[in-house]
Amino acid sequence: MEKRTTLIGASVPRPDAVDKVRGEARYVDDLAFPGMLHVAVVRSPHPHAKVLSIDASKALGEPDVVCVVTHRDVPGANVVHVIYDDQPALADGVVRYIGEPVALVGAVSRRAARKATLEVRVEYEALPAVTDTRRALESGAPVICVPAAAEGGGNVFNRMVLVKGDVDTGFGQADVVVEGEYETGYQEHAYLEPQGAIAVPDEAGSMAVYASMQCPFYVQGAVAKALGLPLAKVRVVQTTTGGAFGGKEDVPSQIATLAALVAWTARRPAKLVLDRGEDVLTTSKRHPSRVHYRTGAKADGTITAIDVDVVLDAGAYQTLSSAVLWRSLVTAAGPYRVPNVHVVARSVATNTVPNGAFRGFGSPQVIFPHESQMDRIAERLGLDRAEVRRRNVLRPGDRTSTDHRIEESVGIAETLDRAVVLADWAERLSRVEAFNKTHADRHRGLGISCVLYGVGLGGKAPSLDKAGATMKLEADGSVTVAVGTVEMGQGLSTAILQVASEALGIPMERVHLAPMDTSRVPDGGPTVASRGTMMAALAVLDAARKLRERVVAVAREVGIPDAAAAERWSEIARAFWTRNVDPAVEGWAKTEPVSWDPTTGLGDAYPVYAFATHVAEVEVDLATGEAHVVDFAAAHDSGTILNRALAAGQVEGGIAQGLGFALSESIPQKEGRLVVNGLTTYRLPTIRDVPLNARVDFVEAAFPAGPFGMKGIGEVPLMAAHAAVARAVAHAMGRDPARYPLDPPYVRELLSASA
Amino acid sequence: MKVRFTVNGHAATVEGDAEMRLLDALRDVLHLTGTKEGCGEGECGACTVLLDGLPVNSCLVLAAQAEGREVLTIEGLADGPRLHPIQQAFVDAGAVQCGFCTPGFVMSTYALLRDHPAPSEEEILTALEGNLCRCTGYVRIVDAVKRAAVQLAETRLGEARARARETA
Repeated sequence: MEKRTTLIGASVPRPDAVDKVRGEARYVDDLAFPGMLHVAVVRSPHPHAKVLSIDASKALGEPDVVCVVTHRDVPGANVVHVIYDDQPALADGVVRYIGEPVALVGAVSRRAARKATLEVRVEYEALPAVTDTRRALESGAPVICVPAAAEGGGNVFNRMVLVKGDVDTGFGQADVVVEGEYETGYQEHAYLEPQGAIAVPDEAGSMAVYASMQCPFYVQGAVAKALGLPLAKVRVVQTTTGGAFGGKEDVPSQIATLAALVAWTARRPAKLVLDRGEDVLTTSKRHPSRVHYRTGAKADGTITAIDVDVVLDAGAYQTLSSAVLWRSLVTAAGPYRVPNVHVVARSVATNTVPNGAFRGFGSPQVIFPHESQMDRIAERLGLDRAEVRRRNVLRPGDRTSTDHRIEESVGIAETLDRAVVLADWAERLSRVEAFNKTHADRHRGLGISCVLYGVGLGGKAPSLDKAGATMKLEADGSVTVAVGTVEMGQGLSTAILQVASEALGIPMERVHLAPMDTSRVPDGGPTVASRGTMMAALAVLDAARKLRERVVAVAREVGIPDAAAAERWSEIARAFWTRNVDPAVEGWAKTEPVSWDPTTGLGDAYPVYAFATHVAEVEVDLATGEAHVVDFAAAHDSGTILNRALAAGQVEGGIAQGLGFALSESIPQKEGRLVVNGLTTYRLPTIRDVPLNARVDFVEAAFPAGPFGMKGIGEVPLMAAHAAVARAVAHAMGRDPARYPLDPPYVRELLSASA
Repeated sequence: MKVRFTVNGHAATVEGDAEMRLLDALRDVLHLTGTKEGCGEGECGACTVLLDGLPVNSCLVLAAQAEGREVLTIEGLADGPRLHPIQQAFVDAGAVQCGFCTPGFVMSTYALLRDHPAPSEEEILTALEGNLCRCTGYVRIVDAVKRAAVQLAETRLGEARARARETA
């Protein structure tokens, strides 16, 4: 592991915050190009239908309309390239969800483009729609997805199995068996900046794309495929990105493809920015889920077996569902030592908007169950809920549910101990009990939640777990760095500057991070799976090591002692220039190969795991059913923390998103139609809903292969928070909820059932 | 239709149709893109500007309604390269992540601290409950507002002392 000095761990303020507070940071909708068209999308009003004809003649006669694009105009493959390529860029013959793109209008103004979409006449013939997973799994249900994408047969996109030990033996050893059925619904990312992309025809028949996104290399691949261009002729530049949370993992591939199709057809720059309603209704969300969970435990609380069945509602196309499902599968046991495991996980196609990545990526759907089960075991056995977890959490040398023996950087027990201290668990429990004895109208409750998160892409997509960086010593001694993963609000750019400056031994002010541009760095995979900072930092360390070697050599040549290299950095840089020394280096990083057997679901699923324990206290109004979080403590093991303020910011934000998921955020779906109207009816946590007193701490079980010992953090806070909040509400009510959100109507329903 | 108003102390004339929102006039015509459109329905507060000193969602105000009035946007706060103390406090407190909501929060804070130089936590929550942030969990935003209040009070005190010295 690299030696750490002053900068690593320091709460360095974010340099990018200055542009942002001035209103000068340029997000995609702040950009314009000469001659730029605006794109509006003609979308399917049907959940499942044949497209009989498209007549654009009237729209084309509208003022300011330049072109109408349909599937016939796609020069390359008519797909939104993600994993299975089952989703057309523009519907060809069939539509499979409400909101599916059918045609595009390019016009000189946004308003003209949107208005003209109403004049594109599309004739449909409705087909039978299947809009819930129970119906989709019935024998005889119509197959509503592209059959080639349904590897599980029928409407089952994927079916995955994990078998470790023997669950029958495990349940035979159990003194108690607890069984439950749990459901979660949609969660909308609600990044404050809606989806958007601008495609700009560039020199020599190439296409440049400027967009809000997490995964520029995904966008590059998707646009190249749809336009039929070589990758080298598609250049993708990430614009300042106003939040993503997984929502800008695969969806920008679609948005950029649509913008590029208009730009290609019209031979002019074309911008597509969704308005909020369109964004909420037509882009991916967290997969709704149904999980059946059975747990066996001995009288001392030790878990002997789990048997889990997971069903995710994938929506109409595969997008990322196979990867999301895999994480549900391998996370189903949580951070616990379970000798006998059986998990079956299925992603099921329905005629609804395709679901995709959302912070946690298939894990929150199994965390709500595994933490509910843990509490119910504690209750059955008369054990303290923190204690039953302490008896089961993974320790160094233990094997995970996928039989991965983990030796290093296993800090779950420490997070549990720290969170219990931060929350003053035992004392707070007695205060809660006293409160409830003296209050008839309001009850308080305490919830605790422990989670495990495999950092990176692991056994599902090992070829994506890499990263590149370039580093260039300028003639004045400043250094330009570029990396292949992106800043999207989480703080990657600041952490990278800290790492580069630490590794080079020069002040942060001398290092500049160039904007993300696919022509500048090699394909280093996506900014997802809490891997972005870790992987980019590893690549930067590799580049810095190479540059340092040259710096040392040049310094020697000009008679500057190593010890003086930092002060005389500018002189050394000048000597590079005068002596024609190559000042540019490339860094590369990849994770250790993982072994994983898809038939058994066993193996070393991920290179490393992050952990957390959260404790929430809530107050529930017994008359209205409103639950409010009044206290919160969070302890995380993400290895070494590179920037404490940024990491804490990730945790605080994740707590807010988690409590939203548990308490208020949901979208009803009726016959394929999402019943939601932008942010008016989707209830996001406001400043009044969050625990401003949250206490956040890090136990830092260093990961030797990580940069300065760090591993990932991004997704973990949300994952732990929702279950702590839900279980706190359960504690306050004395009832076990079976679904999210625990909004006032559902809490009242549970309370009246217990009366 | 022509609308004349003052933006950040400068006279502006905007031409557009009757449906043009103040947000469109600022972003599309005057190229003041610091004001953001997060929802277009008055829910998120990312488009907050001050109209005659009062915070409004500029997506819910027609450009015509600004006729003859004064508009202050995020671009009007900094003094050249020097950040306004509220902006500096947002940087220092770590209150900025993706930054899309930030201009709206800064403008709401500006109005708050002008009317309540030493706000209670309740006053802060009331002033900012119309602004949504999806990244930060609001913790550091509240901290930024408190820091800015202290900083502005110190600045005022310094100015008062300077004036006192001049008179003395």
